[in-house]
Amino acid sequence: MFDPINSIANWLSALLASWGLSTGLVIFIMSLISIVVIAVFVLLLDIFLVWVERKVVARFQDRLGPNRLGPFGLIQPIADVIKLLIKEDITPDGADRVVYNLAPVIALATVLLLWAVIPFAPTFLGAGLNVGVLYIVAIGAISTLGIIMAGWASNNKFALLGAFRTVAQVVSYEVPMVIILLIPVILARSMDLQQIVQAQNVWFVVLAPVAAMIFLITSIAEIGRAPFDLIEAESEIVAGFHIEYTGMKFGLFYAGELLHALTVGALVATLFLGGWRGPLLWISPLFGVLWLFMKAFFLYWVIMWIKYSLPRIRIDHMLSFNWKFLTPLALTLLIVSAIMDKILGRPGTAIYTIGMLVTNLIVICITLIILNKYAHIERQRVGETRPVASPDQAGVSMPRQNSSPVSTIH
Amino acid sequence: MTPVQILFIVVAAMTLGAALMVVSSRNLVHSALWLIVSLFGVAVFFALLQAGFLAVVQVVIYIGAIAILFIFVVMLTRKIAQDSGPRFNENWVWAIVVAVVVFAALVWILMGWQGWSTQLAPLGPAADPLRELGIALVSPNAYVLPFELASVLLLAALIGAVMVAWERK
Repeated sequence: MFDPINSIANWLSALLASWGLSTGLVIFIMSLISIVVIAVFVLLLDIFLVWVERKVVARFQDRLGPNRLGPFGLIQPIADVIKLLIKEDITPDGADRVVYNLAPVIALATVLLLWAVIPFAPTFLGAGLNVGVLYIVAIGAISTLGIIMAGWASNNKFALLGAFRTVAQVVSYEVPMVIILLIPVILARSMDLQQIVQAQNVWFVVLAPVAAMIFLITSIAEIGRAPFDLIEAESEIVAGFHIEYTGMKFGLFYAGELLHALTVGALVATLFLGGWRGPLLWISPLFGVLWLFMKAFFLYWVIMWIKYSLPRIRIDHMLSFNWKFLTPLALTLLIVSAIMDKILGRPGTAIYTIGMLVTNLIVICITLIILNKYAHIERQRVGETRPVASPDQAGVSMPRQNSSPVSTIH
Repeated sequence: MTPVQILFIVVAAMTLGAALMVVSSRNLVHSALWLIVSLFGVAVFFALLQAGFLAVVQVVIYIGAIAILFIFVVMLTRKIAQDSGPRFNENWVWAIVVAVVVFAALVWILMGWQGWSTQLAPLGPAADPLRELGIALVSPNAYVLPFELASVLLLAALIGAVMVAWERK
């Protein structure tokens, strides 16, 4: 079996040990090296993502996208980075300097932290935490903090409004996300991401398709991408929390957002699409990395597809969609999955797979029936004739001759 | 001194320093941010004690929920976030006396504890504290009653919040 990463790691630790370093120090140096390798790899990928994003959005909008620099415009992101680096760095008057400068660092660093627990291959992962799933939630909480700090420290009304919207949106969507994350945990009997991948002889998207959908939706809301881009809605609050940031500080937010989208792709792939699972793994675990990134990039493309196809939703719609639809559905799914898991017995059998799939389909059908009923009621409510500015609705007493408004809206 | 001990001292100093900044900072948002640093220090202690679950839960609950709620509330009251009045009122002497007495009492109680010198056995590779914690929480021989009571209490709080916010027509 051809496994270059572990061979290099073993060779290097043997070399360090032969220099007479203590075991603890060797482990420390090796951890440091692996952190640097993973972080650099992910950050280099981030530069490439700028090109992917621009090229894909161009295709969605029937354009060519960057195509002048290098083959297919591949050198374009390097030029973008240089442009960002040499721009003037402005700190607004009255800004809270330390918090203002710390915010973009936290925004990007939290995304990098997520890659620590994603298993790249059967023999290759950053940290095998036994609470990996919960770790994802914790890092998500800290990334909210970066945005709030940026919004508050900028000393700008629009930035502050963006921060308010962030809290309203991200904290709300965390609720169904945390609930839905329990379903892969139930199916895999573990919170360790590596064990979740190993348990997916049948991809969890087959066992829990609704959960996969809800996780994708809530994750898009967590990144704040369209249709959930109220955080930085250009037409309403200019640019939201990063309005005052220029140059590379803005670049860090931008890079963080792009990388977060790919990270969400990798997380969905790990939790629901079998992670590094795929053919040819017996030749080399490096194929696992390839399969993981193929799945992650496919999901990244899906996220972009959604972003460039859907308009922004209204803020009250965003909140009621979460609290009145996603949260009850997630709770129902969790209870139903737990009960079905007890009834169906051991995971892995055909009965278990089919039972889970049928349960999910039944949940989808019931949801659609309820939604249809609700839409019917809502349509009737909106369609009713209503008096415009009737005095008793406005709470103002008006002269008698004016109190007969008859015009209606539909 | 082992690396873990050095890490412990650094993190302890960070936690205590941040806690001091929480009460002495003039800006309420800065206080909340220092509180986050302090809470994060506690999470690191849990991690150093091999209690990964508690460390992560500390971050999720205290930083992700409580501290962000603090910051949100403070941000909504931007006018009073900057405190310009005196930091102490006339009761500061009594506050110091109470603090010193409580601290001395705690130290005195802990001096009598025999556990300082006992060396704890490290967890074996097969032990999964997370699984044991989960089983203990739902086992009738262990903590199922407090666990369920806490759940009922939280549910009551949830329903109470809904009732308070309910718009009667």
